[in-house]
Amino acid sequence: MSSSPADNGMMNQSLLAVIRKQRLQDFFFHKITMLFSLVVLFALIGIIVSLLINAWPAFQKFGLPFIWTIEWDVRDQNFGALIAIYGTVVTSIIALLLAVPLAFGIALFLTETCPLMLRRPLGTAIELLAAVPSIIYGMFGLFIFAPLFADYGQPALQSTLGQMPIIGLLFGGSMNGIGILTAGIVLAFMVLPFIAAVMRDVFEIVPPILRESAYGIGCTTWEVVRNIVLPYTQKGVIGGIMLGLGRALGETMAVTFVIGNSQRIRESLFAPGSSIASTLANEFGEADDFQLATLFALGLLLFVITFFVLGAAKLMIIRGEKAKGSKT
Amino acid sequence: MRRTFIKTLVAGGMLAIGMNTAIAVDITGAGASFPYPVYTKWAEVYKKLTGVGLNYQSIGSSGGKRQIAAKTVTFGATDSPMNGAELDKGAMVQFPAVLGGVVPVVNLEGFKPSELRVTGSVLAEIYLGNITKWNDPKILAINPNKVLPALDITIIHRADGSGTTSIFTDYLSTVSKAWSDKVGKGPSVKWPADSSLGGKGNEGVAANVTRVKGAIGYVEYAYAKKNGTSYLQMQNKDGNFVSPSAETFAAAAAGADWFKVPGMGISLVEQPGAKSWPITAGTFILMYKNPTSVADSNEALKFFKWAFKNGKELALNLDYVPLPDALTASIESKVWSQIKQK
Repeated sequence: MSSSPADNGMMNQSLLAVIRKQRLQDFFFHKITMLFSLVVLFALIGIIVSLLINAWPAFQKFGLPFIWTIEWDVRDQNFGALIAIYGTVVTSIIALLLAVPLAFGIALFLTETCPLMLRRPLGTAIELLAAVPSIIYGMFGLFIFAPLFADYGQPALQSTLGQMPIIGLLFGGSMNGIGILTAGIVLAFMVLPFIAAVMRDVFEIVPPILRESAYGIGCTTWEVVRNIVLPYTQKGVIGGIMLGLGRALGETMAVTFVIGNSQRIRESLFAPGSSIASTLANEFGEADDFQLATLFALGLLLFVITFFVLGAAKLMIIRGEKAKGSKT
Repeated sequence: MRRTFIKTLVAGGMLAIGMNTAIAVDITGAGASFPYPVYTKWAEVYKKLTGVGLNYQSIGSSGGKRQIAAKTVTFGATDSPMNGAELDKGAMVQFPAVLGGVVPVVNLEGFKPSELRVTGSVLAEIYLGNITKWNDPKILAINPNKVLPALDITIIHRADGSGTTSIFTDYLSTVSKAWSDKVGKGPSVKWPADSSLGGKGNEGVAANVTRVKGAIGYVEYAYAKKNGTSYLQMQNKDGNFVSPSAETFAAAAAGADWFKVPGMGISLVEQPGAKSWPITAGTFILMYKNPTSVADSNEALKFFKWAFKNGKELALNLDYVPLPDALTASIESKVWSQIKQK
């Protein structure tokens, strides 16, 4: 710089002032954003602690057997969680069994073989489906799907799968269209767009060069997907499935509409049952002190189940990456 | 930019203050969903006349008891009345506000409301799961000349704890020893029948009944009427088959001795009388003897006084039965007099 020393000093001073100001801004920005993130952490801890405190009387009375006791007797204040856990887990498994292959097919079609003209409208349709509020699915399930399922779906299932040994038990009993299986199917509809949208997004980020090279050496579409796309996007695919599973486990309104809200476990999937979320939704308003504690305990269990599912997913991803790392 | 922000804040604050004062003059109440339609109708007309509104939250009977115990509302409303000991413990009074009936509803194609009949013991056996088909000889015996399908009976009950369930199971326990031994009564019971489905709220039960073929459920009469579901005639204590209506509900309450138990919490199921509807019940209001705010409590009493006197037609339009004048006069003299008014 060709300015005089005095000038230089002035410049330095104003520069210093600017720097100081920026440092201060950075400092506050850092602290404030940290505060925001800490709020999330505190909220999480607060929720767990308050659930634990409220649930304590129930755990104190029933102890650990609460988790595997099949009993829900409000009048005699005798409670167990297994009925609700069973309903939650089974409906979610049914939902994933139906939704994952479908979502995979949808995402595959959209990214690999769909004509360009259709890609946009179909993709938007899926995203819109994801934005439909859950109560709509519940109403659709109860008013439209359940009667149709009772008249056509259930008789068809009972006369085919229902005649097989062992599996047949799952499709026995009376057919009124409402029950665990219906809840699972409605949940599948609900989680399908989530999983499909995530899968499509991650399939799209596969570098074209990889894909084109594979096609170049003569791979079929399936080979490209199997050997290039899936390994590359494994993390995202599992993430999408877990997002769907998380939604299925905690879904309340839609399930409450169609699961039948009966506090018992049956071998048949046609039979009514209840999930943790539906039990909470039904009984929270009218529960007295001790039942309330039991409901909080159920809520805590749902929290724990979701936590383990997410943990397992993370673990799977980490293991998968390690395995890949050792191969190359 | 900043100025608009401040303006918004100020405007928001003023709005909040405005809303606060609006809520302050409203009477607050919470509880039973069964009388919710009539309370809101009364409140609507009352607000037009006096400018005093009612903020009633239909959160269920237990919720109503909880809210009044927590003193967050001026009155609590419940379908399952408190007993004398509970009232004494909380230093509360209890009085009925209106009467209504619970009716069994079915989904059977080709039958009009009131066309089919049921007796208490058959209804209990259906709900116990002993009668599982619509063409069961016991059902046919009370419905001569009717052709009923060989359809499975699906039982619909309330999934949430409910005053309606309390009334219904109170009735079943009264007419059937097997029911009272095996299941009992309460806002939420263990439904014994294999084919039991739960619906949330009166509307949930009504929705399930209309969707499931061969279903039977129980709802508050207004819901049965509103949804056009076909309800059953029932046999009363005198042996007559009656249809649900404001008239038959009133008949059931005609001979009632309300002051027989402290808190007036008498059961009105299976009452004598040629026209009595067997599953009739009152719905109750809970208030403090020494309210935290005497002014609020006075406003609530004024509202009920007006409703007892001028709300009869409104209640009847919604198929609730208003209390007779003699009863409201004694509620005023014997019950309200215990509430601190100054």
